[in-house]
Amino acid sequence: MFFPISGAHISPIYLVIVGFLVGILGGFFGVGGSFIAGPALRLVGLDWNFAVGTDLAHIVGKSVVAAKRHRALGNVDLRLGLIMAIGTISGAEAGAQLIQMLKRAGNVNLIVSIVAIVVYLSISAFMLWESQKTLRSQKRRSSKEKVKGAIAKRDKSAFGPTTRAIQRLKIWPMIALPTSGVKAISLWMILLVAFVGGVFGGFLGGGAGYIRMPSMVYVLGIPTHLAVGTDLFEIIISASYGTLTHAIKGNVDILIALVMHTGAAIGAQIGAISTQYFAGPKIRLAFVPLPLIGAAIVIYTLFTGHKL
Amino acid sequence: MKQGTARTLRAFAIELGIYALLVTGYFFLVLHLLGGWLYGLEVHHRYTYAGVAILLIIGQAVVLESVTTLLLRLIRGRSE
Repeated sequence: MFFPISGAHISPIYLVIVGFLVGILGGFFGVGGSFIAGPALRLVGLDWNFAVGTDLAHIVGKSVVAAKRHRALGNVDLRLGLIMAIGTISGAEAGAQLIQMLKRAGNVNLIVSIVAIVVYLSISAFMLWESQKTLRSQKRRSSKEKVKGAIAKRDKSAFGPTTRAIQRLKIWPMIALPTSGVKAISLWMILLVAFVGGVFGGFLGGGAGYIRMPSMVYVLGIPTHLAVGTDLFEIIISASYGTLTHAIKGNVDILIALVMHTGAAIGAQIGAISTQYFAGPKIRLAFVPLPLIGAAIVIYTLFTGHKL
Repeated sequence: MKQGTARTLRAFAIELGIYALLVTGYFFLVLHLLGGWLYGLEVHHRYTYAGVAILLIIGQAVVLESVTTLLLRLIRGRSE
């Protein structure tokens, strides 16, 4: 199929399949999935700028579908999502500026790559340790009192004491997040988490959901299911902003995004519904390979010089 | 339990089949018709194109979500 905007010939079946796979990941983990969709679009010859912009447009559509489904399941904290969108957008702009500064100073690729590898590996190692420790302690504690039903949203975490200490920091203004079960937390802490996620997004490319989703769980104390749903809602806003700016710069082939999204729409629903059948620590454990894939892509780029 | 899973899987397979048919029709009709117009917009009116692009992807998301939900409801309702 010929796509006149980008001038690319791509099989629509390929696009639908990529969209479907990324949709499942997005619906289940609350990530944009740009670390898979971007290279997949590059693989069929789409220019790098079009791959980034088009992927963002498809992420908007996929997140709408997944967030709607998560909202029906009670997994979206609208207040938290709106606050985080502000932090993410400003963080993304700061990340883009940081890249420009490093470009002027030289060695940008090496610095960005090393930072990315360290961050990705740390997230994976930490989540592996935390989720396994939590699962082991849950097994010991509740061999008798098994959680009834498939939904187990009450989230236990081995990192809980640190999260509670962060929540106790009284930096004005304090706000409540009743949907997420957080009685009081500093607004600055939420903005900081979103800002850092945005900086990484602008700095490393993509939506940086693999940083934001774990941060929401461990730093803000949001239950995993709600972190997934809320992150998707937040991605709608931040990815829409990204799509607009990229489209104005001529980096979006909306026809490719629309075709990809037909697969993503169904994948995202499957992913979102599947979260019902897993407890928070199991979702976090399954999340562990995602940053590793990101790290592998950066290592490949660093050693070969080819941007996937 | 196993019967329930089989029913869910069957419903899902039927839904996928109907969805695939709808999407194929969509490719050939809507995207083919929109292609030229969107290309012209992208070349000559970039800001309008950006706005239309966002509206299209969100609109498609809302419609597809409703279609899949409706399909699921119809198929599950009939198989129960």
